Amino acid sequence: MAKKKFVVGCFDDEAVLFPAVKKVRTAGYKIHDVYTPFAVHGLDHAMGLRETSLHTAGFIYGITGTATALSSISWIFTKDWPLNIGGKPHFALPAWIPIMFELTVLFAAVGMVLTFCYLCQLAPFVKKHHFHARATDDLFVMVIECTDKTNTDDLQAFLTSNGALETKVEVAEDGWWLGRYDKDEMPFEEKQIVAA
Amino acid sequence: MASLRTQFEVPGKMKTWSYALIGLGLAALLYGMFTKGFSSDEHEQVHFWGTLMYNTIFWTLICNASMFFISVTTLAQAGFTQTFRRIPEAISTLVPIFGAITFAVLLYIVFGHKHHIYHWLDTEAVAADPILKGKAGFLNPTFFVIWTTLTIALWSFLGWRIRKLNDEADAGPMDRETSEKFIHRGTVRTAMFTVWFGLTVGSTVPWLWMMSIDAHWYSTMYSWYTFVSSFVAGMSLIALWVIYLKNKGYLELTSQEHLHDIGKFMFAFSIFWTYLWFSQYMLIWYANIPEETVYFKHRTQGAYKGIFFFNLIVNFLCPLLILMKRSAKRNYTLVTFMAVLIIFGHWIDFYQMVMGSLMKEHVSLGWLDFGILAFFVGAMILFVGTALSKKPLIAKYHPYLKESVIHQV
Repeated sequence: MAKKKFVVGCFDDEAVLFPAVKKVRTAGYKIHDVYTPFAVHGLDHAMGLRETSLHTAGFIYGITGTATALSSISWIFTKDWPLNIGGKPHFALPAWIPIMFELTVLFAAVGMVLTFCYLCQLAPFVKKHHFHARATDDLFVMVIECTDKTNTDDLQAFLTSNGALETKVEVAEDGWWLGRYDKDEMPFEEKQIVAA
Repeated sequence: MASLRTQFEVPGKMKTWSYALIGLGLAALLYGMFTKGFSSDEHEQVHFWGTLMYNTIFWTLICNASMFFISVTTLAQAGFTQTFRRIPEAISTLVPIFGAITFAVLLYIVFGHKHHIYHWLDTEAVAADPILKGKAGFLNPTFFVIWTTLTIALWSFLGWRIRKLNDEADAGPMDRETSEKFIHRGTVRTAMFTVWFGLTVGSTVPWLWMMSIDAHWYSTMYSWYTFVSSFVAGMSLIALWVIYLKNKGYLELTSQEHLHDIGKFMFAFSIFWTYLWFSQYMLIWYANIPEETVYFKHRTQGAYKGIFFFNLIVNFLCPLLILMKRSAKRNYTLVTFMAVLIIFGHWIDFYQMVMGSLMKEHVSLGWLDFGILAFFVGAMILFVGTALSKKPLIAKYHPYLKESVIHQV
């Protein structure tokens, strides 16, 4: 992953954050992400994120589970090893439906969890850069991606004028990389500048 | 909020339509009564009274489902229902009316000694039958009448108390203490309704009213199945009224977000219905014991085969595939279509539950069924419309109203 330059702005109020997000977007800056201590309703709309495709993926995983169960059971019980169970037909669909259902749920659930972790870049032994440790506590942290032409001083002033309590410029990895928080570095041990 | 249109006026067209449907239904009812109901042929009588029976029960239960919806959402302290809560309230005002009709029909069947419908009415047959003798404590006219009376009377009374309490939210602003008290009183009243609902629709009443047609057969799943069938149709009915009022320019505060939640109920409970449908079917199919399979024999292999599987397609496959997408649940046209389809599908479900046991040899679906259906649709439109016009469409001072207005899915 390549290192990129970011401008970080911290807000302590949703009511200030929302208009700031809107202004930053209309000014033409590219928001990398907004890190919040809790789920903020409507922030995805304000940031202009598209609807997630996670449910479509879930549907495909589910269908795969159904197909796996149906094809394997029907092959086993009609071709590979037909058994007479209580005089039922070999192709005994009602008896298979619970298994088909369970496999649908299993595939959909496991597949969606893994996909979700991949999309959010979460996994064991994997690290991501923390732009501000207080994003996990009490600050809304807006991260803006810079281009070659971005004037960081202007952008910082712009954020401050829109209510940011603290701004900084950082050059950081934007993706995930192998590593362990407990071995390498404690993000919460960074020296923090307390917001005025 | 002064600009909100909270006073519903019944449009002349709606009245005309409902009177026309009621007239059509009454014509079918009278014609059916003279040709079938009072005919000397047992078969014709069973056809007539059976048709009346499943229609009255179906419509009473789906109107009562509205009150159950109000109760469970109140108990769960759900705020989102407030912007359209007057609609389920208006639908539930039909419970006493349709309940009285159901009561009259059931009473006629019991006291008219229609033992071709309820086999357990035949005292000689019961005395000679060890299975029916064992059930005589539950299946006897005295218990039937007392329990039916209690059921319908308490549904009506407890529902009326819940509606009456909510009128206080029209009167004026409440301070914190009053609103807390108001919420608490609502919780107590809806809890009472829910308990009674569980003791009736959730367990005994479908066994008593409908399952006892097959007096020897039983399924503990039957009542849940009936309840879910009526609940999902009831949610569809609420959806239809919400969309109708939105189209007429009322319910400005109700949005796609609320429709999405109603759509989720329709989707989820269709799946739950299928779960019960399958659980009931699979266990009996697997055990393959003659006294249990008797219920499914003519439904899956006889005359009712088509209706039985049509039922599964309309009530399971269609909601599953069509309502699954988020955008479908937020689309007014699609939800309208699905709501009509689901109500029709569960009406067919009730049809096969009752008539499938009464007339095993042939499917009688015809002018009488659709005539009686027209009567109930007409009466439902007329009475719900009138009930809606009597109160403001939004209880302005309800403590949860703001939560409902800003509701977002």
